[in-house]
Amino acid sequence: MAPKSCALCRNAKAILRRPKTGQQICKDCFFRVFETEVHNTITEARLFKQGDSVAIGASGGKDSTVLAYVMKTLNERYQYGLNLFLLSIDEGITGYRDDSLETVKRNQQQYDMPLKILSYHELYGWTMDRVVSTIGKKNNCTFCGVFRRQALDRGAATLGVDHIVTGHNADDIAETVLMNIMRGDIARLGRCTAICTQGEDTIRRSKPFKYAYEKEIVMYAYFKKLDYFSTECIYSPDAYRGHARAFLKDLEAARPSAIIDIIHSGEAFEVKDEVRATQKAQQTCIRCGYMSSNDLCKACSLLEGLERGMSTAAITDKGRRKLEAQGPAPDNLRTIPYFHPPNSTITNDSPEQPQVND
Amino acid sequence: MSHLRLKVEFGGGLELLFSNQRKHLVTVPPVVPQGNEGEGPADINFLVHWLKDNLLKERPELFIEGGTVRPGILVLVNDTDWELEGEGDYELKEGDEIVFISTLHGG
Ligand code: SF4
Ligand SMILES: [Zn+2]
Ligand SMILES: [Zn+2]
Repeated sequence: MAPKSCALCRNAKAILRRPKTGQQICKDCFFRVFETEVHNTITEARLFKQGDSVAIGASGGKDSTVLAYVMKTLNERYQYGLNLFLLSIDEGITGYRDDSLETVKRNQQQYDMPLKILSYHELYGWTMDRVVSTIGKKNNCTFCGVFRRQALDRGAATLGVDHIVTGHNADDIAETVLMNIMRGDIARLGRCTAICTQGEDTIRRSKPFKYAYEKEIVMYAYFKKLDYFSTECIYSPDAYRGHARAFLKDLEAARPSAIIDIIHSGEAFEVKDEVRATQKAQQTCIRCGYMSSNDLCKACSLLEGLERGMSTAAITDKGRRKLEAQGPAPDNLRTIPYFHPPNSTITNDSPEQPQVND
Repeated sequence: MSHLRLKVEFGGGLELLFSNQRKHLVTVPPVVPQGNEGEGPADINFLVHWLKDNLLKERPELFIEGGTVRPGILVLVNDTDWELEGEGDYELKEGDEIVFISTLHGG
């Protein structure tokens, strides 16, 4: 087959077909359009303002590695004026996270950004290795997800950053939309497509790759020869999610726009007031000070269950009743250090409020 | 006709299925049997089967599906997206570099 020339510059040889548009483009045009689209996503959603400190949630995997590279590039090219940090969570998974953290440490050198690593072990007193050896490979991802979310916030608070960006891409978001549909979780359906959230905490989180296809992220990493780590977690991720992912890839193979179409469908779900009303008002955890919708935050509940040898206490009703029957938590229970949110004046302002003076 | 020498590379975690080795040199016949239609030139779909039979060490379902690579695996032919080269029907040539990258592994 004769080489095709680029649909944009009509000059160089095309090397990639864009899943979003079907356009065939050359390497330089690909780098330029990929970066420009992320820049447009950032400016249209007004994610940052000059002088913001931003932590990039870095796992050493493809998405966060490309995100760190692109954030650095755009910050310099368009003079965002951001102070960028790498923030990594060490779940304590031998043969998986210890290797991927080596990649993050190389990224720290390559991208010249300060790196903070916070471990489950130092925060909760438990590694995921120990959690799994105690509770088995069931529910481990529930523990890990709750622990990670809070660890990221606490790491960000230590760094004094206003904002965490994560590498979630369009395929990930479409997958989450499908999962929420399959679970009937309508309240989460609209929220999971939001580019920026300020949910249980005071630190903004956003997804600059919301509209970036996984294929393009991987191609970008390949052509830029970026150094990333790609091994599956040894504690077998959620099989249900695996099915959703495989289904999505089949859809995408048949019609690449499926990814964006699913995201748009998620966005179109307006959450009715009565659904929203069932989401409880926010308060702070009486034990650790982290944002919570109950007396105890999810991490404290899970940790108490682990510490008291009843790991299902925070997961099933039966488990909770069993724990309550044993009386209140003992005084010497291992707890999470008290959390002091970065902007300690918690107001009822909408998340858009901090943008006012940009 | 002499055999075709190819450079094959695996990335994105796929290398774990191939003895944890990213780069391989392989030789395949230029003409291969094709269903009931007799013989035809070796193409990428043939290579995928050949790799499964000769190099793959575990879990073939993570590599091959429905006669070609599993959706979610990107393929490059001499550093060009195989979607511009006819995908599985691309006819292999001496010295070609074929890269397979999984997008399915953790972000
Ligand atoms: S697969 Fe589960 S246990 Fe492993 S890192 Fe992800 S959430 Fe944690
Ligand atoms: Zn071009
Ligand atoms: Zn708590």
